[in-house]
Amino acid sequence: MKLPPFEYACPSTLSEAVALLASHHGEAKPLAGGQSLVPMLAFRVASPSLLVDLRKLSELRQIRITDDSVTLGAMVRWREILDDARLRTAHPLLVVAVEHVAHYQIRNRGTVGGSIAHADPAAELPGIVVTCEAKIDVVGKAGTRTIDAADFFRGPLITALEPDEIITEVRLPAWSARRRFGFQEFARRRGDFAMAAAALFYDENNGNAYNAHVGVTGVADWPLRLTAVEGVLDGATINEATIARAEAAATAAVDPPDDIHASGAYRKALVGVMVERALKSAAV
Amino acid sequence: MPVQFEVNGKPVAVEVEPRLTLADCLRHHLRLTGTHVGCEHGVCGACTVLVDGAAVRSCLILAVQAEGAKVITIEGLSLKDGLTPLQASFRKHHALQCGFCTPGMITTAHALLSEEPDCNADRVREVLSGNLCRCTGYISIIEAVLDARAAYKHDGKGA
Amino acid sequence: MRTVNSFIGQPIERLEDFRLVRGHGQYVDDLARKDMLYAAILRSAVGHGRICSINIARAQKFAGVHCVITAADLGHPTPRVPMRLQPMPEFEAFGQPVMARDKVRYVGEALAMVLADSAAIAEDALGAIDIDIEPLPAVSNYYIAAKNETLLFEDKGGNVAMKFRAALGDAAAAFKDAPYSRRESFSTQRHTALTMEPRGLLCEWDAPRGKLTVSGAAKVLFFNRRIIAKQLGLAEDAIDMVECDVGGSFGARGEFYPEDFLIPFAARYCGRPVKWIEDRREHLMTMNHAREAACDVEIACERDGTIRGLRGHAFVDVGAYMRTNGAVGARNIAQFMSGPYRIPNIDIDVSLLLTNKTPVGTYRGPGRFETDFFRERLFDMVAHDLGIDQVEFRRRNLVREAEMPYTVATITPFESKDELDSGEYQVTLDRCLAEIGWAEKAKLKGKLVGGRYQGLAICCFIEGGAAGPKESARLVLESDGTLTVYVGSSGVGQGLETAFAQIAADAMEMPMDRINNVFHGSTAYVSDGYGSYHSRSIVMGGSAVLDAATKLRQTMCAEAARRFNCGAAEVVLADGRVLGPDSKSVSWAELASEPISVEGAFLNKKHTWAYGAHAAHVSVDPKTGHVQLIDYVVVENCGRIINPLTLKGQLVGAVVQGLGGAFLEHLAYDDNGQLLTGSLADYLVPTASDFPKIRGVVMESHPSPINPLGAKGAGEGGIISVGGVMANAVADALSSLGVEPRDLPLSPSHVWQLVQDARHHGRSAAPRIDSAGHAK
Repeated sequence: MKLPPFEYACPSTLSEAVALLASHHGEAKPLAGGQSLVPMLAFRVASPSLLVDLRKLSELRQIRITDDSVTLGAMVRWREILDDARLRTAHPLLVVAVEHVAHYQIRNRGTVGGSIAHADPAAELPGIVVTCEAKIDVVGKAGTRTIDAADFFRGPLITALEPDEIITEVRLPAWSARRRFGFQEFARRRGDFAMAAAALFYDENNGNAYNAHVGVTGVADWPLRLTAVEGVLDGATINEATIARAEAAATAAVDPPDDIHASGAYRKALVGVMVERALKSAAV
Repeated sequence: MPVQFEVNGKPVAVEVEPRLTLADCLRHHLRLTGTHVGCEHGVCGACTVLVDGAAVRSCLILAVQAEGAKVITIEGLSLKDGLTPLQASFRKHHALQCGFCTPGMITTAHALLSEEPDCNADRVREVLSGNLCRCTGYISIIEAVLDARAAYKHDGKGA
Repeated sequence: MRTVNSFIGQPIERLEDFRLVRGHGQYVDDLARKDMLYAAILRSAVGHGRICSINIARAQKFAGVHCVITAADLGHPTPRVPMRLQPMPEFEAFGQPVMARDKVRYVGEALAMVLADSAAIAEDALGAIDIDIEPLPAVSNYYIAAKNETLLFEDKGGNVAMKFRAALGDAAAAFKDAPYSRRESFSTQRHTALTMEPRGLLCEWDAPRGKLTVSGAAKVLFFNRRIIAKQLGLAEDAIDMVECDVGGSFGARGEFYPEDFLIPFAARYCGRPVKWIEDRREHLMTMNHAREAACDVEIACERDGTIRGLRGHAFVDVGAYMRTNGAVGARNIAQFMSGPYRIPNIDIDVSLLLTNKTPVGTYRGPGRFETDFFRERLFDMVAHDLGIDQVEFRRRNLVREAEMPYTVATITPFESKDELDSGEYQVTLDRCLAEIGWAEKAKLKGKLVGGRYQGLAICCFIEGGAAGPKESARLVLESDGTLTVYVGSSGVGQGLETAFAQIAADAMEMPMDRINNVFHGSTAYVSDGYGSYHSRSIVMGGSAVLDAATKLRQTMCAEAARRFNCGAAEVVLADGRVLGPDSKSVSWAELASEPISVEGAFLNKKHTWAYGAHAAHVSVDPKTGHVQLIDYVVVENCGRIINPLTLKGQLVGAVVQGLGGAFLEHLAYDDNGQLLTGSLADYLVPTASDFPKIRGVVMESHPSPINPLGAKGAGEGGIISVGGVMANAVADALSSLGVEPRDLPLSPSHVWQLVQDARHHGRSAAPRIDSAGHAK
């Protein structure tokens, strides 16, 4: 499984990087952490003519926390998120999700931008950005634009990115200190892609939930916001009855296919259980 | 293209195709065959090396990406004579049989113990879950790593 | 033999570890030669088809390509992979040509080989080979195979390669008026050894001397040399098979595969050293598959649970060809379904069904894992029906020491009788019960605790080892007084160097640190070696070392007597010196001024039977189907323990492989014969966090009467019961829901489905196949 031949460039500026991608007319790919792209090359399911290494673009490595947002540069590695103590309070849902990403060695290299651009339907960060209504800034030959997470994922490994576009940063809305949140993932083994995962949060007012955001991965071609489940939670007291209704709503909302690891029926039930357990852990 | 980096404390300069992985560069260009290749798609962990102090899968890094980096392999984690405390612990606990996963296990364990000499069994298991072994069943490997913690607590090196 | 301060029985830390922990192991891919060419093999992406054309012109012109070889270059008829075990004439029609010529029969079958300046270029050039294959319908499972509508071998009438039968007593009579009987169907899934090191070979042809060197050989080097010699028209002694460090075998690596012909052929054809290293994608589709079996069996008992008989039909999916040892698993399913239990009447047949999948071979405990799953599941069902405690049911039916040697069912054809040698099976059962804390934990059986159901199970097993016919060893007393040991056994990671050093040191009554090296496997080391399979190396290799030591000591005495001018009886061997009359003495180093080399051997026709029990405590989450292994104990009695450290390593390692088979590992195919499990992201083996609590307990007593060490082969016992005990534990946990697992793997999805089915239909789904192997 030796890699197919390609050219390699390591530009020092973002505009250089964009120009290189543009000049290869869709046959060039950005290289971030390589944890998803390189295996694809090894299996020869991708054969780009040029890899544009983004490692010198230090402006993509920032983690910025303001009153409005938590911004992750595209080249921020999982490890840096876990090592940044500020994030444990600034965005605890992000941190718990990143703790579930793959394995130790992968977390030392894999990046925010790489994961989102790769768009595996069972990956954690795409689920978080959809759940939290993040905004994704990209730059291409046509200039910069911002893409809502809800519009970003178009299919398994398919995104709204043009071939010449590079993600620069991901902006999550600021977290609220009294927010309740939960994250539950079920995988065959620790570190495997989720068979189903739920990331959710809600705020509380006088014992009732509002502003519920519920996102699931592993059960469709891209991460799903389960508005039906949010509808069950908003305005309700989060008790056993509400949680049971939320679980049922989650199961009803998805229609996953069968694959070699699980039947669609199983995943359907499983996503309900993930929502149920995430809600139970949020309520504690 | 030319690449320059440091391996086990020594500068190296090689001329490689961009598509050459760091694993293959170490093994075949630099003849450091202690790092093993078990899958070439980033799952088995046999190829684990340290790049700028972090344990990484060298089959997923291009040699050209290592420009300017400090790479340490199992050879760099070994003594000229005798065994390091971590290696001696592996031997004591029979934490290897065929030895193919072992350099990756030791390198990963060394990185973990260097960062977290107080790690507990669950943490060791979690971190080593990215290194596959088919022979031992892992129990003895976990015991060996836990037993080696003492050596990392005094001076934080232990290598 | 030294009995005081003996090395045998001690948990000696391994000698091989010194190089392996430092990254100084030498595996075949670590070797390099000047002017080396790299081989890459084009493999069929079609599961069943007729090869219409193959055009290598573009590939031949690829920069860096030296040549491209197809079946046309290999001679006519194309050489075939021979059968090593059970080589019956009936199997000949199903032998695999080393490269496909007219037809392909499985995804992964070799179509062409490129030799190039680098592995990357060779792989690039594969894409430039134009191949036209007319697809044929794929025979993708046993049911389809049994219909015989599409034949893998058109000139044979059907897809059944062979049918074995295991018989004992009179099963028909036993069932005729049995007070109780139960019939069930079970199945196990296709999985594989999955060694951490993929296969590889480095072959060198020395044309002037007409000598071939093959590095990277393993397991059965002397047998493989015989094959290559015949296929290439060389004398055996013109070929050196060199064993490097080996990254695991578990029965799969080292058998003769097509590449074991192709790479030596390429070295001679190209006149340059050729290296071939399999990648993981290839490995999954070319290394022997195993374990895919199903059965429809019936048991008859007395009301008190005494087993009267066992009869039924088993089916093994052997893949597209019969390779070197493809019949072993099937045979074992039938012959050893009775395990350590007294089953006086047996009639079980097993059909080997050809399908368009990778051919099968032995994988640790071949057929034994499958058949023990079938039997132990049935036992728990029966015990439940009869209202007998599952432990008591087993205890009642275990073969007793007084009945040994106890003859098991005879296999036909290839008439094979076997008998259990020695042991007290109830003792290991009792030890296992104690170790898992059965008495205290029994009250948890089936209970719901924290949303999860808890379950307990226990199974007993036997493990056959020490296959003959022979093994050789050579000891050399060097001129510095140290000893070098050479053995025909093959090292695959099991710690032979250390175990043989222990045995040699005790036999020679010398310290272990004066043994300078233990060399194993390579054909240059002994004159007639056999290798490592069927857990034979301690018994066969170890006993050969003993024989060589006896002979060396005699030779040393004779030589000393010659020097002292006295009778050999007047000479005494002491540690490091030889003593004669009149205070004459000479050091071993002086005695070996010319090194003294002596060969020994051990011949054997009988098997050893290590035995024991496995117990498991689980909790099952009915909502996710997740099974948590709370505790696992395996107890094995292997007659005489050589090194308890390495023995426990074998036990625990084997258990975890078995857990992979019980829960995670599956080589899945679709209806077109496409292998869906193409990477380690889909073929799931256990990791460090999956099964954190496993204990191996080793016992020794009842030494084997069939070898001078008294040892019994013990490399496979740890895997044999795992499928059965895990399925029984899950059944126990979910018994209140009426869940009865009948198939492996127990993936979360499968367990969840069993729970759903039991809820909706009141019980788990009915048996799935009938006696002809037809799906119901």
